This record gives sequence, structure tokens and C-alpha cells, in this order.
Amino acid sequence: MPFESLSEKLQMSLRRLVGKGRVTESDIDEMMKEVRVSLLEADVNYKIVKAFINDVKEKALGERVMKSLTPGDQVLKIVNEELKALMGEEAVPLNMNLNGTTVILLAGLQGSGKTTHAGKLANYIRKTYNARPMLIAADVYRPAAVNQLVTIGKQLNIEVFERGVMMKPTNIVKEGLAYAKTKNYNVVIIDTAGRLQIDEALMQELVDIKKIANPNEIMLAIDSMTGQDAVNVASTFHNTLNVTGCLLTKLDSDTRGGAALSIRYMTKIPIKFCGMGEKLDQLEVFHPDRMASRILGMGDVVSLIEKATENIDEADAMKMMERLEKGYFNYNDYLDQIKKIKKMGSLKGILSMIPGMGQQLKNIDIDDKQFAIIEAIVSSMTKEERKNPELLAKSQSRRERVSRGCGRPYHEVNNLTRQFEQMKKQMQAMMGMDERELNKVAKGQMPNGMPRQKVKKGKGKNRGGFRF
Amino acid sequence: MGLFSIFKKKKQTSEALQKANKYQLGMKKTRSGLLSKLKNVLSGYDQVTEDLFDDLTDAFIMADIGVSTTLDFIEELKEDERVEGIHDPKELQPIIVDKMFELYLKNEIVDANLNLEKDGLSVLLFVGVNGVGKTTSIAKIAYRLKNEGKKILLAAGDTFRAGAIEQLEEWARRIGVDIVSKTSGSDPTSVIFDAIQKAKAGGYDCLLCDTAGRLQNKVNLMKELEKMHRVIEKEVPNGPQEVLLVIDATTGQNGLSQAEAFSEITNISGVVLTKLDGTSKGGIVLAIRDKFNIPIKFVGLGEGMEDLEYFDLEDYIYGLFVENDDE
Repeated sequence: MPFESLSEKLQMSLRRLVGKGRVTESDIDEMMKEVRVSLLEADVNYKIVKAFINDVKEKALGERVMKSLTPGDQVLKIVNEELKALMGEEAVPLNMNLNGTTVILLAGLQGSGKTTHAGKLANYIRKTYNARPMLIAADVYRPAAVNQLVTIGKQLNIEVFERGVMMKPTNIVKEGLAYAKTKNYNVVIIDTAGRLQIDEALMQELVDIKKIANPNEIMLAIDSMTGQDAVNVASTFHNTLNVTGCLLTKLDSDTRGGAALSIRYMTKIPIKFCGMGEKLDQLEVFHPDRMASRILGMGDVVSLIEKATENIDEADAMKMMERLEKGYFNYNDYLDQIKKIKKMGSLKGILSMIPGMGQQLKNIDIDDKQFAIIEAIVSSMTKEERKNPELLAKSQSRRERVSRGCGRPYHEVNNLTRQFEQMKKQMQAMMGMDERELNKVAKGQMPNGMPRQKVKKGKGKNRGGFRF
Repeated sequence: MGLFSIFKKKKQTSEALQKANKYQLGMKKTRSGLLSKLKNVLSGYDQVTEDLFDDLTDAFIMADIGVSTTLDFIEELKEDERVEGIHDPKELQPIIVDKMFELYLKNEIVDANLNLEKDGLSVLLFVGVNGVGKTTSIAKIAYRLKNEGKKILLAAGDTFRAGAIEQLEEWARRIGVDIVSKTSGSDPTSVIFDAIQKAKAGGYDCLLCDTAGRLQNKVNLMKELEKMHRVIEKEVPNGPQEVLLVIDATTGQNGLSQAEAFSEITNISGVVLTKLDGTSKGGIVLAIRDKFNIPIKFVGLGEGMEDLEYFDLEDYIYGLFVENDDE
């Protein structure tokens, strides 16, 4: 089910317009249909989509779009701006009580990731605020939930207060808070059982816990893959508990996460964190402004451009181009490039910002450790070898020496040198291409006469070698 | 009540009635569902108009039925020759219901029963993303199969998530079935391998394998699953007899991506739709059936071990269509 990005769809719907010279209201309607489908596919609630489309249409009917030569881009811009406005511009920090005890209550549906995120939050708070966190295991219903939190506590070396499963959660919380005081813990995170928002008895239990704990922060954990129902869930929890922040979990999935918009729009609860993996340090502060493009499925081009301009000097880039053109590209340049890319963040992160890549990346595993390996190998080359890649390409004994020097297996060094040569050839081939051929490359088709990168098949972790 | 009372009359035996009641109870809270919405939409119009179709689309989308499945459905409905002569929107209702049945059945006989060996071992592998309810579903299905007289073995193949092994062990204890588990962090494939050996030696009928939740875009985790699948294929004739993809009813459009990715590496034979006792309708499974031809086998309707039913299309669709008492 590959969905094209909204920008592609808008281009499609605009294709018919070519030569018309003027955009009419019905053309705008046509575009709005595409916007609507795109948002629905991202799981934005249908009611919100409706209201949103009306807003956007009104703006789009203004002069700017109607007279523009690029109406599609203009519409996209409006959609993006409106989405950003809805999501809120800035990250909202935790409500911390820095002079006393901060109590955080975690709530949510079953399987939304509360227990894991109780651990992640505790870890984050300890690191960020230099605080002393403690966890309370108040999920007495799901088998082994207490056990799960205890294990997480052990992994993090954070104390977990538990009273088994025979005591009422309210009493566990009461005792836990008292215990925290005696032990001088200044942050207490309460993990509660998952519950349906329509389960009145269990919702009352949360209200009771809230009364006892008087939390500074009530965090609702919501699965980022949630569909249309996200609005019901968030509103009911919010109405019952007055939720102060939202934790968007499993955002490392390939969901477009329209639920985030729905929640924000209907309840105004700020989304404060997002879960980005199963490891306990994979918690990130949520940047609402970046979510807009993800929901639109168009990649975060703005951030990419920002990052690139921040880190890459134009003059440098030009110099590099010249060297490439003349075929001078050597290991020093290579190392230099890697360093620049690394400055921009993780490779996967960078690639995912490119429009259309998001979906393709799904099937590619990019390991940033590869960079470290390449750096290690290159660092073990002599200055002469770095300047003149031929030396290594031709001499097995040199490669063997490098392998010993950097502690990486010989085949890795071999792969690197081989691929370096291939890359060089590819780049030189690209230099000589005309625009049409370059377009082909951009679309992933190799034009004739260009060496294909051979992918080695085999077993083991590094099969296929370095893939760039 | 209209349609639903007809449907209720059709169920004769008390057992069937009980089951329908459970569905009703389970789905009760999902009631602000399709039919009331459908009726509201239809009664809001005097004529069949474009706006009516737009509102119908919203009603489908609201139930998380996939966007493209919905758009195709409505488009077909518009072109349906039966609809062409219709002026009274109310007449659309039975046609829509019919078409929903067609959408799922596709002129096939879809059987929700598990494909189990008559003699010899059957292996059931449970897969899905994190937090959808795999472990709980295994417990419920084990409980049901045990009551059907089968000798059951569980394999604690989620060696990654903290507490997952203990969770399944606790269920095994409550249900009274055997379990094979290793320490947390061991290779899940080896757990499954050992369980298969034990199941073969001990004359078990069914082996239910738990796996760690994994997001479908994590390549390494998907490879790990592929390996488990391969081992079962190799060790058990015709195995795995069932690979069940567990989907949370709250899941939106991402359900399609899940179904696609998991069926690429395993032979998904059916879906277990969990948490249908909430307000979500899990309509994405209709899209999953539509796009990937994967049938739904079970629905989860609560946290107890008996809160599971074989999927019944009538119950499901009518359940979606039942009027909400609160409204």
C-alpha cells in the first residue's frame, strides 16, 4: 500500500490544468479532495479533516493561489502552515516541581506502552533534571505487569515500589508516596493498568489515585498507530482526569501518526514526548512542528535543508565537486564527507527527511555503526594510501596490514576498497551525464553504461558489505 | 432495532444466542457504530445525492475501514445498478449491508475455524506489533482449545520484553497447560525449537508460540521472525498450521502496512482482532481482507480468558450496525 506523498498527488490533480492559465474554484475543490484523502490515510479524525479542509480552502481561494504559477505548491504550503499552527509550534516541557516532589501519573489503554514509558521517563528525568526518580507498580491486573516494571527498574537501576497484586492500587500508591518521602526520592512515576476509557469502575480508580497522589503531571500514553478512535480515547481520559500531557508511543513505526493531530485538535493536550524504540533511552521530546510533514507523508524537507546548510559549506562543496570531476576523489575526501554527514544526525534520520523516501526506507536497514567501521579502516591507512586509493586497490598485503591495524576482518577492508573504486566510477559517470540521464538516476534506474554496485550475498551480519 | 432483531431471530440454539449476546455485550460500547450512523445519515436525506455519499464515506472512515477500500466501496455503490433506480435513501441500507458481506466474502467460503492437523502436532505462531495483545490472545485460544479436549503446549517466544515470559507462565498456570520457557534474553528460535521437540515427544496436539512484539519496519526483528517461521517449517510437517496476525481494534490505517509486512515474511493465515470491547470498531480488518485476502479468525472481547470468540461475519457486521442504546 504505498501511498504517494500529498505533493505528488497534488501535482497529478494539477496536470490537467496545464495551459489553462487560471485556477478556478473547482480546481481548488479537486485539490482539496486529495488533501482530504491524504489526511484520512494518515488517520486524522474525519471530523477534523472536514473542518481543516474548510479552513484551507478558504485560504486557498485567496489571491495567492489563484494567481500563482505553482498553485499546487501554494496549496501545499497553506496545508503545511495550517497543520503546524494546529500542532503547536514548540515543544512543551514537563511540569516539574523542582523544589519538592514531582508526581507523574501514567494512564492509557491496554498495550499503549505505559510500563515501558514509565521506565523511559524515569531514566529521562534522572538524566535531564539530575533527579532521584522512583517507580510505583500500580498495575495489579495484567499478569506479570509488576514483574515487568521491576525488571525495567533493575535494568535502569531505579527503585520500583511494589506490593504485589493483592493490594488495591490506591493503597499501593499511598504507601509508595510515603515510602518515597522517607527515601528522599523527588520524582515518583506511577504506572497504572491499561483500561478502556468506557470502563467506569477502572476510570474511577484513576480518579481516586489522582486524589491521593495529586500529580503534577498526568500523562496519557497513546499508540501513534491509533486510528479514528484516538479522539474518543483522549477526550474521555481528559474529561475524567484533566490530562496534562500526552506521550505518543511507537512513533518509530511507519505510521503517519494523524492521531497526534486529532488529539491535539480536540483536547488541546500538548504532546510532550514520543517513544522511538524499545530501548529504555529511546524517548524523545516531541517537536510538534516536525509532525506536520510526517502526517502529510512528504518528508521534512525544511529540516533537511536547514541541517545541510548548517553543516556544509558551499565553497567546500564546490571544491569537492571539482575534485570529483577530475577523478581526484580519495580516502581523505571520503572521510571528510562522512564527518559532514554524521554532523547532520543519523543517516536514516536524514534519509527519512527526503520526500518519498519514508516509505522506501521501511525495507532498508541502515546502520550508523558502518560509519565508525569505515572511519576505523581509513584511519589505519598510511597518508600515502589515503591520498592514492590505487595503492590499496592493487595490493593485498597493504589491505591485510590495514585489516590488522584497525581490528576489522579482512573482507571488510576488501569490500571498502572495492566499493570505493565503484563509487568513484559511478560518480565520474554521473559527472558526464546530461539532465535526462540524471533524472533517471534520481528515480532509481541506472542508465546504460553505468557500473552497477554489486551486492554480495552471503551469510553473516555484514553481508552485502557497506551499502551507500 | 430493525435489522438486528431479524438477525437475532435467526439464531435458534441457546448456545448461539449466548454467543450473540456476548458479541452484543462486547460490542455494546462500540455502539455509536455504523448502523446508527448509517441510519442517521440515510434519514437525513430525502434523495440520493452526492452529499449523502460523502456522509456515508465518513461513516465508513469513522469505523477505520481503510480509506481506499471505503472509496472503492462508495464508488461501486454509486455505480451499482441496484442503486440506480433508487430515490429513497432508506432503501440503500440493505444494499450497503449486502455489499459489506460481499466485500468480505468475495464469493468464497471463508472459514474462521483453525486449520489443525487431525492427528499429530499443529503449530500456531502469533505475530504482531507491540502491545496488541498477543500473549493474552494466546492464553484465550489455549483455554478454548483445551476445553475442546486438545493437549496444549505454550512456547514463551517473547524473550525480549521485560515480564513477557512471566506473563505467559502465569497464564499457563491459570489455564492449566504446559509451557516451555527459557531465561529472558535467550534466542527465541531456540525456545520454539525446544518446544517443538517437547511437543513431539509428549504427544501434544497444539503448540502455541508467542513472539515478541515487533514493528513491521524493523528489519532485523522481522528477520528474526522469519527464522522462527523457518524452523517451524522445517521441524513440523505442514507447519506452522496457523500464523495469526494479532491486530488491535484501535489500529488505524497502519494495520494495512502491518498485514503487508508480516505476510511478506510469514504465511499469515488469519487475523485475531483484539480489544473489540472498546469503542473502536477495528474496521481496518475489512480492508486487510479486501487488500490481502487474510480472513479474521478470532475476536477478543475482554481481559478474561473466556473473552474470545470465533469470528462471525454476521455478528461482526451487524454488531457494527447495531443502534446504540445511549443515543
